[in-house]
Amino acid sequence: MKQLTILSGKGGTGKTTITASLAVLAKKGVVADCDVDAPDLHMLLHPKIIKTQEFKGPKLAVIDESECTKCGLCREKCRFDAITEDIKIDPISCEGCGVCIIVCPVKAITFAGRISGHAYISKIKYGSMSHAMLSPGEANSGKLVTLVRQNARILAEKQYSDLIIIDGPPGIGCPVIASVTGIDAGLVVTEPTISGIHDLERALQLLKHFGVPPLVCVNMYDINRGNTDNIVSFCKENGIKVVGKIPLNQMVTEAMVNGNPIVEYAPESNVAKEIEKMWEKTLSALKQGGGG
Amino acid sequence: MIVAVASGKGGTGKTSVAVNMALSISKVQFLDCDVEEPNAHLLLRPKISRTEPVYLQVPVVDEKLCDHCGKCSNFCQFNAIFVSSEKVLIFPELCHSCGGCAIICPKKAISEEQHRVGTLNFGSAGDLELVYGELEVGEPMAVPVIREVKRQIKNGKNVILDSPPGTSCPVIETVKGSDFCILVAESTPFGLHDFKITVQVLKDMGIPFGVVVNRAGIGDKKLYEYCEKADISILLEIPYQRRIAELYSRGVPFSLEMPRWKEKFQTLFDKARKLVSK
Repeated sequence: MKQLTILSGKGGTGKTTITASLAVLAKKGVVADCDVDAPDLHMLLHPKIIKTQEFKGPKLAVIDESECTKCGLCREKCRFDAITEDIKIDPISCEGCGVCIIVCPVKAITFAGRISGHAYISKIKYGSMSHAMLSPGEANSGKLVTLVRQNARILAEKQYSDLIIIDGPPGIGCPVIASVTGIDAGLVVTEPTISGIHDLERALQLLKHFGVPPLVCVNMYDINRGNTDNIVSFCKENGIKVVGKIPLNQMVTEAMVNGNPIVEYAPESNVAKEIEKMWEKTLSALKQGGGG
Repeated sequence: MIVAVASGKGGTGKTSVAVNMALSISKVQFLDCDVEEPNAHLLLRPKISRTEPVYLQVPVVDEKLCDHCGKCSNFCQFNAIFVSSEKVLIFPELCHSCGGCAIICPKKAISEEQHRVGTLNFGSAGDLELVYGELEVGEPMAVPVIREVKRQIKNGKNVILDSPPGTSCPVIETVKGSDFCILVAESTPFGLHDFKITVQVLKDMGIPFGVVVNRAGIGDKKLYEYCEKADISILLEIPYQRRIAELYSRGVPFSLEMPRWKEKFQTLFDKARKLVSK
């Protein structure tokens, strides 16, 4: 079974638009939306939820006011400034580490569990989908990503699917790391802006750090052709395959407003054609054992 | 006043709005809190005067004192310590640096050492002061680096915080303690969906906010309808223009080339100030 993650570093370069189209082209595959704190893929793929799971995030410290002597030791030892001057827990700052519990001399503090989100297993027109929703403002999105990927693997095994397509979150931190560990290739979607290039470089470093073969796609390549050329030659110098150069086209937004993947909404458009070509190249790179 | 610029969905134009606003007002301290992918310096082109490493305190075990009782491992909520009958393994990338393992160890076998997780960069562009954090590639936790960036906040400055995208812990850490939050959104289905989640976060935190609609004209009208219903003020609209996109692609803040925007960004900041004092 092969796993492909679409990532970008910079947000808003078109990861989800591309993932949705690849899901259509892959036909009966498994798609996983690992952007769990701002998931958008469901708006294009319209999953029918079959199973919902609760996700337990970090625990939360709770002070029993009747026992507390307000000695302040917990406040002194908490490194997250999560205990206020009047010795109350600030749930937004509490990381659930448990230090306050072990230092409290009167054992007035305990842990409470908290539901930080939900994971879903769904059917889509093009196969199955594993996705999730982190509750607004919750932590530990990396763990929820891991759960989404586990569910995706189970789905793929059940339906004898040999490919999982993963929509990654932006950035390079914990949810991204959880989205790229152990995958067969990472397709980095970038745009020809200086921020896009800067973030592409960091995303490529991240893939290298975790030994993941990279592939690159330049989205909206025609907004700055000079920068696109720079990206292409940078990739060439570093032995990285550029599998797609996708033009800017207003139809992409139109397709999104209509809630459709672009390859389905406008199959004859230049964007759809280019994504199809990119899909072929990505598949053959995956068969050859990743990118590079 | 501390103003955070956030979005939910990535790529809606947070950095562009934050930078253009910063260049249109005075006495600015700009803190780039998107430490995973900091971009503001690419537009501001500051002179960097110094850098500082960011460390987390992580445990080290003195094997001579350790009797492998496993209390530290049981205590650790982040699975950063593994104890077997022969060995203790520490995973510094997973450690949140709470210090609990050192407290709980009955043999006093655990001390702490510094583990580098990022860098702070200090610079200036004209009279604007810039601090930006950078997470080391491969390190998962952005929050400790964001915390260090925010520790640099100076009183008496117009502090602008450029937030990372999303709605989880790095965003919370950034906007926490702000007087006002400017949400940059686009009126598309993705834009609106992520916008609603961010609105919920800000309401829960009790931070007043307003909206800048970017790439106005693309997508649909649903963001506007939502804002009207929810009584959220739209502070500024930036139309979708190829010229703005092109300037951005070259790393040029568009208000420098299109000077009438300077005034609009000043007005944006004034509106934020008025909403704070309400």
